[in-house]
Amino acid sequence: MERYWQVLKLFWSTAIAAELEYRLNFVVAAFSSIGGLAGSLFGLFLFYRTGYEFEGWSWEEALIVLGVFTMLQGFSATFLAPNLNKIVRQVQEGTLDFVLLKPISSQFWLSTRTLSPWGLPDLLFGLVIIVYAGTRLGVSPLAYGLALLPLAFGFLSLYSLWFMLGATSIWFVKIYNVTEVLRGLLEAGRFPVVAYPFAYRVFLTFIIPVAFLTTVPAQALLGQVEWGWLGGSLVLAIALLQISRWFWGFALRFYTSASS
Amino acid sequence: MLSVYYAYMVEYRAELLFWVLSGTFPLIFLGIWAKASQGGQFALDSITFIRYFLVVFLVRQLTVVWVVWEFEREVVEGKLSPFLLQPIDPVWRHLFSHVAERFARLPFIGVLMGLCFLLYPQALWRPSLPALLWGLVAIAAAFCLRFIIQYTFGLFAFWLERATAIEQFWYLVYIFASGMIAPLDVFPDAVRAVILWTPFPYLIYFPANVLLERETHLLQGFVAIALWGLIFFAINRWLWKRGLRQYSGMGA
Repeated sequence: MERYWQVLKLFWSTAIAAELEYRLNFVVAAFSSIGGLAGSLFGLFLFYRTGYEFEGWSWEEALIVLGVFTMLQGFSATFLAPNLNKIVRQVQEGTLDFVLLKPISSQFWLSTRTLSPWGLPDLLFGLVIIVYAGTRLGVSPLAYGLALLPLAFGFLSLYSLWFMLGATSIWFVKIYNVTEVLRGLLEAGRFPVVAYPFAYRVFLTFIIPVAFLTTVPAQALLGQVEWGWLGGSLVLAIALLQISRWFWGFALRFYTSASS
Repeated sequence: MLSVYYAYMVEYRAELLFWVLSGTFPLIFLGIWAKASQGGQFALDSITFIRYFLVVFLVRQLTVVWVVWEFEREVVEGKLSPFLLQPIDPVWRHLFSHVAERFARLPFIGVLMGLCFLLYPQALWRPSLPALLWGLVAIAAAFCLRFIIQYTFGLFAFWLERATAIEQFWYLVYIFASGMIAPLDVFPDAVRAVILWTPFPYLIYFPANVLLERETHLLQGFVAIALWGLIFFAINRWLWKRGLRQYSGMGA
């Protein structure tokens, strides 16, 4: 375990050092993050403008969902996207062999190799929105702590889904755009899940578990969550993580390295 | 050239499928607006919303452009040089690969739209012949405009290392101002008035409305597309000339 910590520290400090070379990029990222946020707010505003409400979600409550969504976006831009690009390249060039030979879990190596601070503005702004809306609603500090749990489960589920998609590069090789697919589907998480028609809701809960990623953490924050949903998000996170590990082992059996 | 690129695109079917799936954005908004319009007071009724977003999905699929990424890579990696020696302008290769890809994409689009009509059978309708014809013309025009604009951004690769950053900025505005997340009819009046002066609504909102036969000023739309196209074309050629000098100046 200790060894993993040390490796992790090493990976991330080098990654940050490398990214700091391009400080201008960070400014660009911050600007696009603000732009994206303004757009999302405007999109939400269009619904509430005429007095319509998503069933049981006031404007501030819907803002919290948006904040959680923004944080998820930031999380995936920081931790997931840069690593996925690496996996694809390694499969394509055959350098995955070297990773497999290393004395640590290859899934760990591949998912933590780099991080990019590009997503940090999103994480930050998401948090700002949540705290702003939370304060207006008078959310207690304890609730924030409670919401951290489903949020962490959400991150974990997202990671597992993403890693499974990444593992398909063993078969398809060129899959830079799976991240786009995942992002496209995550877009649905901008709004509370009750805003969708019934068929969509089933799809978003059971097939692509977007409901667990944003709506459940927001409900936890508002103190409206039912224990069943909370438990569901825990079970989902653990199950997806385990499936992603199996899937990776399964995919590796199909990996024919560059030289063999 | 078209058939070569068609064969090339069909090779990467899995990738293409992923691309089509990643454009399902409008279908998500379809669901949410269809539900909202049943409960709230909005400018359009729910059937119109459903049709609108289905058409938006179609228009977006047919006008997707990615030339800036390819062009940037060619410039940064110096791969542009051999193409410059060929007797045709390198832009045609990009243009044909885009057009060919449209055809490889059609079956996927058909399946997804079919699924949506299964979900909302009452939204099924048959556009009249003139609407269909004008709609296709409008889509083609929107595609050309989008291509010119993005290619112009791509030309900045001669000076900047990340020309795609410009496109990404542009894309942020594009999503919201082109009518992809909601028809412009539900925007506040002042915002809509400003947006109509920008090129954005003519990339999605305008072709979609033509196909749907909702009241639109055909002439005004096409004039706007042509004007913006000319503006960007002029900038484009100017940058291209300047850029080539810059490029050869780098010792390529």
